[in-house]
Amino acid sequence: MTLLIRFLRSPEGVAGLVLLGLLISVALLASVFFPRDPLSIAGPALLPPFQDRAFPLGTDRLGRDVLAGLMHGARASLAVGIAATLVAMVVGALVGTIAGFAGGIVDEALMRIVDAFQIVPGFLLALAFVSVVGASLLVVILAIALGAWTGPARLARAEVLSIRERDYVAAARVIGMHPLEIAIREVLPNALPPVLALGSVIVAGAVLTEAALSFLGLGDPNLVTWGSMIAEGRNVLRTAPFLSIIPGIGLVLTVLGIYLFSEGLGEALARRRIRA
Amino acid sequence: MMGMTPLLVAADLSKTFAKGGGRVVALDHASFDIAAGETLGLVGPSGSGKSTLARILLRLIEPDGGSVRFAGVDLLALKGARLRAMRARIQMVFQEPLAAFNPRATVAGALDDPLRIHGRMDRHGRKTAIAGLLERVGLDASLAGRAIHEISGGQRQRVAVARALATKPDLIVLDEAVSALDMSVRGQVLQLLVDLQREDGIAYIFVSHDLAVVRAVAHRIAIMEAGRIVEIGPAQEVIENPRSATGKALISAVPRLRL
Ligand SMILES: Nc1ncnc2c1ncn2[C@@H]1O[C@H](COP(=O)(O)OP(=O)(O)O)[C@@H](O)[C@H]1O
Ligand SMILES: [Mg+2]
Repeated sequence: MTLLIRFLRSPEGVAGLVLLGLLISVALLASVFFPRDPLSIAGPALLPPFQDRAFPLGTDRLGRDVLAGLMHGARASLAVGIAATLVAMVVGALVGTIAGFAGGIVDEALMRIVDAFQIVPGFLLALAFVSVVGASLLVVILAIALGAWTGPARLARAEVLSIRERDYVAAARVIGMHPLEIAIREVLPNALPPVLALGSVIVAGAVLTEAALSFLGLGDPNLVTWGSMIAEGRNVLRTAPFLSIIPGIGLVLTVLGIYLFSEGLGEALARRRIRA
Repeated sequence: MMGMTPLLVAADLSKTFAKGGGRVVALDHASFDIAAGETLGLVGPSGSGKSTLARILLRLIEPDGGSVRFAGVDLLALKGARLRAMRARIQMVFQEPLAAFNPRATVAGALDDPLRIHGRMDRHGRKTAIAGLLERVGLDASLAGRAIHEISGGQRQRVAVARALATKPDLIVLDEAVSALDMSVRGQVLQLLVDLQREDGIAYIFVSHDLAVVRAVAHRIAIMEAGRIVEIGPAQEVIENPRSATGKALISAVPRLRL
C-alpha cells in the first residue's frame, strides 16, 4: 500500500503508468473496435492517413486497415512481451533461488549454465531457436525467454545469498523455524522484489526482440505484430513511409512507457529500503 | 552456584575462518561452563571471538572442534527436528534490534512464530500469550499490531527479549544486546533483564565489549583475547584483581569501575 503511494509520487512512475495504461486499453479494446481479422482486406490499397474517416490511419499495400493492425499489434506485442517475461522471471528466479540456497556443486553447475546462456546475445539465441523449431506463438515466447532468464537468475541468487546471512534469518533459525519455512517466509519475500523490478526492463527488451523477429519474418505468421507491419511497410518505404513509422511510434511509446514505469518502481523500492 | 551440575559446559571450542586468502583463528580451545540462573559476562576487545562463541552455542555456525553439553545433552550432535525442538531452551538476543527482525514483520507476528513452532496453543491462546509477553517486557499490548520498523529502538529490543522469552528458555545468549541502545534506554533494558532472571531463573550469557555494562549484570565474568578465554571468575574478583593482561587493560580503561 505504502509502496503504491510512493510509486505514485514519482513523476516517471506516473507517466509510465499512464502510457502503459493507454497501451493496455488499446490492446484490450482491439477486438471491440475491430472484430474482423486485421489481416483481411478492408478497403482500397495505400490510402494515406487522415484522409478517410473509415480508415483514420490509412491502409497498407493490400488495403488492410493500419489502425486495426496497430491495435491488434499492440495486443500481440504486449502479450508476447509479458508472457516471455513471465517465463524468464519464473525460470530465472527458480534457478537463482535454488543456486543460492543449495550452494556448493549445485550452485556451481547452475551458474555455469547461466554463464553459457549469457555469453550468447539474447537475440541470436532467439533467432537460432525459432529457425530450428519453427515460428509459432509459443516458440517465439520461449525463444525470447531463453535470452532473458539469466538476469533474474543472477539477481535472485545474489539476493538469496545476501539475505541468508542476515540476522533475522539467524533469529528464525534460533526460534527453531523449519528451513523450508525460513526459505519461503523469511528469505524469498525479501529477495524477490528487486527481481520483480527487473521484470519491466525485461518486458521492454522482449517487446523489441519480438518486433525484430517478426521484422525478419520469424514471428507467428497468423499474428499482426508491429515488427511484421514495419517489415511490410519497408517495401513501400519511399511512397508510403507512414506504414513503417506508425508501428515504429507504437514500439517507441511502449518501451518508453515500460522504462518510465520501472524507473518509478525502482525508486519506490529504493526508498523503502532506505527506511527499512 | 558451586557444586551444582552446570546447565551448559563448553570445552575446547575452536573455529578458524578463511578470510581474504589467509586464516583467522576466531576461537582457540575456549572452555567454560554456566549454571542455571546464572549470568556469565563475556568480555573482550572487538574481534576476540565473542560473537563466534555465541553463534556456536546457538548452532548458527559449527565449530571445527570441541564440545558443548547442555542439560546433559550433546548439543553439537543434535540434528533436524531434535535440534529445532532443543532450540526452545536456548535463545538469543542480537545486537541490532532492527536487523534481527524480518523487515515485513509486525510485533505480534514476530512473537507468534516461536509460540506457533514450539507451543501447543491454538490461535486464541497464542494471542493471549503475546499480550502476556509484551506486558512482561514492559510494553503496551496495543503495540502488537504495529510493524517492527515503526517502533523505537528500545521498544524493538524489548520485543526481541520477549521473542526470546516466548519458548520459556533456560538460557539466553545476549550478544551486545544493549550496545546499540541509547544510554537511558540501555539502563532500562538491563534492569528488565535482571528482573526477568529473578522471576524465572533464566541463565544469561551476556556478551559485551563494555566491561561497565557487564559489571552491572554478571555474576561471573570471562575475559576473551584472540579466541581464548584468558580469565574467568566471580565478577567481583575479576574486577578487583584481574590476573590476565587483557583483564588489567580492560579494567584500567573504565574509570571508577569499582564504585
Ligand atoms: N564469517 C566470518 N568469516 C571470516 N572471518 C570471520 C567471520 N566471523 C568472524 N570472523 C573473524 O573472527 C574473529 C572473531 O570475530 P567475532 O567473533 O565477531 O569477534 P567479537 O564478537 O569478539 O568482536 C575476527 O577476526 C573476525 O574478523
Ligand atoms: Mg561481536
